[in-house]
Amino acid sequence: MKLSRIIELLDAEVLCGHAGGDVEIASAFGSDMMSDVLAFEVENTLLLTGLVNQHVIRTAELLDVGCILFVRGKAVPQEIVQQAKDAGICLLRTDKTLYVSCGILYNAGLPGCSRR
Amino acid sequence: MEPVLKETCRVARGDFASAGNVSAGFKRKVKQLGVDARLARQISIAAYECELNLIIHSFGGEMTLLVYSDRIVLTSEDCGPGIPDISLAMQEGWSTAPEDIRAMGFGAGMGLPNMKRQSDRFSISSSPAGTSVVMEFLLQKPS
Repeated sequence: MKLSRIIELLDAEVLCGHAGGDVEIASAFGSDMMSDVLAFEVENTLLLTGLVNQHVIRTAELLDVGCILFVRGKAVPQEIVQQAKDAGICLLRTDKTLYVSCGILYNAGLPGCSRR
Repeated sequence: MEPVLKETCRVARGDFASAGNVSAGFKRKVKQLGVDARLARQISIAAYECELNLIIHSFGGEMTLLVYSDRIVLTSEDCGPGIPDISLAMQEGWSTAPEDIRAMGFGAGMGLPNMKRQSDRFSISSSPAGTSVVMEFLLQKPS
């Protein structure tokens, strides 16, 4: 699914890193536990989370996750946005909850991730 | 056989602000050596889990990246307090991480099993004097 379609479906705000609508996202994973994200197979995956801290960006960086969507309209401090910019990671934000966001994307055909 | 590259980094107890720095450095190193993206990711995940364990559970320790012609070895040595029951610690979901660590998104009890899953060979030994972990990643997989 194109990133631009995800932005449209979730009425998401782009915080950084999205320069066009042509990035292809293969799957999505929703969790506030980074420990769980580390245990799943992520490749061209969108990470949906309500957790906002530097460790989310670091985890995404180590996993080669190129795009993170913060749910529940979370406030994202400027230093987190800067850290994502430095790592080349796209940040999005939606007012929708994790449950609703995942439901919308799944319903539109974006699959989940499998266990490693 | 002597490694073609050896790098050791200290990891301090409780230094959560720096969590991932050592692993990101190791990831850069192996990518520079031309290791493919998938294996580099496996190594960086295993290193990150290891680094988090040192920060959260140990009195501090060090991690070493050793690169050989046929494999990459990642080791961790800490100064204690040791893991009383390794078989329990290897069970997914079993965790002694405090609530403040969980609030930061870690401590789900997936660390050691994930390190084993990522690597081709995994060994762990522990006593109150310290825990030692060795993970091997084969560069040429046996066919």
